[in-house]
Amino acid sequence: MELFLKIAFLRYIGIYLYNFFNSLSLSLSLSLSLIHTHKQHPFSEQTPRTNMETSTNTSTGTSEVSDKSNRYDRQLRLWGDHGQVCLEAAKICLINATATGTEILKNLVLPGIGSFTIVDGNKVTGADVGNNFFLTKDSIGMSRAQITTDLLMELNEEVSGDFVEELPEKLLENNQEFFNRFNLIIATNLQEKPLLQLASLLEASEIPLLICRSYGFIGYARLVVSDHTVIESHPDNSHQDLRLDRPFPGLVEFCDSQNLENMSKKEHSHTPWLVIIYKYLQKWKEENGGEMPKTYKEKTLLKEMIKNGMLKNENGITEEEENFEEAIRNVNTALVKTSIPSEVKKLFEDPTLQDINIDSKPFWIMLQAIKEFTENEGNGALPLRGTIPDMTADSNRYIQLQNVYRDQALKDADVVLHRVQDLLQRIGKEEPIITPKQVDLARKPPYCSITEQDVKLFCRNGSFLRVIHCRRLAEEYDPKTAKVQELAMQLGDEEDSDIVFYIMLRAADRFFEEYSRFPGWYNDQVEGDVYKLKTHVGKLLQELSLTSTLIKDDYIHEMCRYGASELHSIAAFMGGMLAQETIKIITGQFVPFNNTLIYNGMKQSTITVEL
Amino acid sequence: MAINIFFFFSSFTLLASPHTHTHVPTINDAGSVNFSANQSHFYLFFYLPGFFFTPNKGKDLFIIDNKMDSEWSDRWSHLKKILERTGPFTHSDFEPSPETFNFLQESFRILVVGAGGLGCELLKDLALLGVGNIDVIDMDIIDVSNLNRQFLFRPKDVGKSKAEVAAEFVNTRVLNYFDESFYRQFHMVVCGLDSIVARRWMNRMLVNLLNYEDGILDQASVIPMVDGGTEGFKGNARVITPGITACIECTLDLYPPQINFPLCTIAHTPRLPEHCIEYVRILMWPKEHPFGENVAIDGDDPSHIQWIYDKAIVRANVYSITGVTYRLTQGVVKRIIPAVASTNAVIAAACATEVLKIATSCCAPLNNYMNFSDTDGIYTYSFEAERKEDCLACSQIPQTLHFTEENKLRDIIDYLIESASFQMKSPAITTLISGKSKTLYMKTVKSIEEKTRENLKMSLKELGLSDGSEIYVADQTTPTSITFKLSLTSQMEK
Repeated sequence: MELFLKIAFLRYIGIYLYNFFNSLSLSLSLSLSLIHTHKQHPFSEQTPRTNMETSTNTSTGTSEVSDKSNRYDRQLRLWGDHGQVCLEAAKICLINATATGTEILKNLVLPGIGSFTIVDGNKVTGADVGNNFFLTKDSIGMSRAQITTDLLMELNEEVSGDFVEELPEKLLENNQEFFNRFNLIIATNLQEKPLLQLASLLEASEIPLLICRSYGFIGYARLVVSDHTVIESHPDNSHQDLRLDRPFPGLVEFCDSQNLENMSKKEHSHTPWLVIIYKYLQKWKEENGGEMPKTYKEKTLLKEMIKNGMLKNENGITEEEENFEEAIRNVNTALVKTSIPSEVKKLFEDPTLQDINIDSKPFWIMLQAIKEFTENEGNGALPLRGTIPDMTADSNRYIQLQNVYRDQALKDADVVLHRVQDLLQRIGKEEPIITPKQVDLARKPPYCSITEQDVKLFCRNGSFLRVIHCRRLAEEYDPKTAKVQELAMQLGDEEDSDIVFYIMLRAADRFFEEYSRFPGWYNDQVEGDVYKLKTHVGKLLQELSLTSTLIKDDYIHEMCRYGASELHSIAAFMGGMLAQETIKIITGQFVPFNNTLIYNGMKQSTITVEL
Repeated sequence: MAINIFFFFSSFTLLASPHTHTHVPTINDAGSVNFSANQSHFYLFFYLPGFFFTPNKGKDLFIIDNKMDSEWSDRWSHLKKILERTGPFTHSDFEPSPETFNFLQESFRILVVGAGGLGCELLKDLALLGVGNIDVIDMDIIDVSNLNRQFLFRPKDVGKSKAEVAAEFVNTRVLNYFDESFYRQFHMVVCGLDSIVARRWMNRMLVNLLNYEDGILDQASVIPMVDGGTEGFKGNARVITPGITACIECTLDLYPPQINFPLCTIAHTPRLPEHCIEYVRILMWPKEHPFGENVAIDGDDPSHIQWIYDKAIVRANVYSITGVTYRLTQGVVKRIIPAVASTNAVIAAACATEVLKIATSCCAPLNNYMNFSDTDGIYTYSFEAERKEDCLACSQIPQTLHFTEENKLRDIIDYLIESASFQMKSPAITTLISGKSKTLYMKTVKSIEEKTRENLKMSLKELGLSDGSEIYVADQTTPTSITFKLSLTSQMEK
């Protein structure tokens, strides 16, 4: 009975969560009524929408049926259809179905990951059921892998799941090949030795590893991925790419065709501010020996010039011209010198570019092409992004101006495309470039092709390209290569840096290795364990050549209080965050953390350190 | 464990669950539903939407009372370590003992407001943290009233939408059904809402519950509120101790202003695909009535969206504007906020952790605001939001409005809507004229609106208001009306 009900609820939240922002009662009652017809697809009755969606979706290149774009509507607005395609193709492995582990999977199953596999050799305990939503009282004593798999699958019928009832440590010994079939592996509550073993195994096959654990009020996560490239990092704030300091021919031509002196009042007040700044900038340069205004004072003078250019009525009173106001407001940002962002410059120096070969990922091939572009046709600038912000203007001239930028961007992208083709020939890839199909650029070799669309997307995001190289886990654990200075700085400088919990967790693992239990596991040993843990903390610090005074006894006490308990809300917090990190890696969009994260639930704070 | 669920929404009454036949709950006279024992608390979650309701014979409040199920060994062992052991970082009030857990299970009672994305997570998190009595208000109504935001985007003279009417209808019912004594029953309130208006309403309700004796706050009247909100990959969680720490109204300026396309752009100089969609929504729909005279736009009706999409495409083509898609059309019409399960999970979890801390003192609570974002790495930022000295809700300072006698009533209304510190939605104004209550303007009830519309153009003097007069303002953002004193100067003095 209980199982049945839990399943019913899972189904409820599963469907509900897709719709949770469809806040109208209509959609809510619709989704609710679907609980009972879950075999059917949620919107299958709504044929009008189906037809329509397929017809409108053709432009995106996917022929996904309508129900999917309805179900995933709210997230498709974040990572797009192409992100969803990656997600639906992904195979994820979870090691140990702890509360933290299943919470991560829950937030991956809901948005529609391809498939998951749970590896867990444990039987369900009463304590497990107490903190894990995907277990039931009835399942005590049964396979934890199996029960959690069953209940997780109830969340989304699009997702397939299976399980291996075996201790991961054993599987690592007996069947290393097993792990190679996944796109990403999530490991929770794995001990140091098997963890290092798994990390080195995955390193060889270039499979990203996400390590996670919840411990009392503390959460810990570590990402191990050798080379993660991001084209669409979706920055929150970014400078426009307007090139007013180095106008391209199309822009010059367009601006020259505009004569502010000679316009009707209506035209004058509907001239895009880009043109206005361009005009007054030319004037400024004429009067100042061709120099741009650089200082604050000079920019203020330019603003004055623009202000004086506003129309006046017959009484000499300045008319209200929103476009001129906008121009004045935008002087500072619009005159920022066109340059290559430092992040991207750093990428141009990446050693990977020295050795572009037939196995290189499309990202690096396109990066090399862009680099060559900046050194040649681009004259030190990236390909033009090709978009302009909205501004007060009449439709006609705004669209014209938009096209001016768009056309130049296409020209730049075309040059890059040719450079990509040359590069491919040089490295001995015969394949023709243009195939109008979506490929996942973040994937490992072998790649079939780079499409024209890919190059355009790459150029559009030229300023936002990112690469994450995580240090190897072995480097972190080996005292010779550990980032001791980083640790010392964190522990020493800020008195209460949460990084102290990193040391605590490492020490707790050492404790476990010696006593086969975590410090404070049993109520009657808490006090005694404090001293034992303190010894391990001391030893660890010594190995890392850190002074033991860096760590207050309070933290050792707190650690023993936790007794390796896994609080559900801490697990749920980590579950949300790490699901998102997984999605970032799978879709190749947004930027993952690098590489160690500590969450302190006491203070609701997180800290990210590269260890 | 008991989880009480309150529904306002009569549409639910039509939903019968095929599963109920396996375990038909009985409804007693008090409107309380008893399940037989030996059921998991999850049972209730399931019944939350699908529960069989009888039509409301004056009874819209249902309590589902689930008896505690039989325990099993070690069930709470994770939690009990935290609650039964002392630690260096606990709150000074903390006393480790099994009693703390018993309190959480037996006595502690929390109200969860909103059973949407965040609310769902909250229920799960709280239940698995051992919270024994959870009451849920499905604020679907307030989600609906959330659509009032659409009104903000809309020029003032365009007719009301169906949703707006529904929202006001329901808001009135909230007022009727849940008075202060209802909220007083709880130790704490946790909100998982996607509506700012609903949050403000709840915040004010809790502020109204505060008792002051000789200007001293009676601590027993304080009900803490934990509030979470998400949008895309961003979210925040905060702890509000009404009367002691910053409340929602104190920090109203944290909410970003609504983006509003000027009507003249939409009508005459469209540049973006959004302008074309808004043109169809705002100007063409009320003119053409494509689905009948009184049919307002329903964002969930595909044929409505399709109509708007088709027309928007035509308009876009006229101006060579590219980028009108079905998805964009739907997004603009429904004011869709992108959302993912993961951000909701994070924020709900942070809220649940705060609830545990406050309920048990096992750790000092967040002081008092946390921002979260994970587009570029993972980022959190906590800070102490400060109380506003003259906060409209939680300060004891009387509110004064400064106008001239020649100002029109509309000026007051516009000010209440546009001012950053009030941000009201559709304020209704009444006053006392020679001891009699007189409604000066009320937008929400059609017949009254028609009768009072003329007042908008009248000066305050003409309406009989003078320096020192009091006006009473009702709005969706507050459960009770707010008294403002008018400070009026004559034009001469100015």
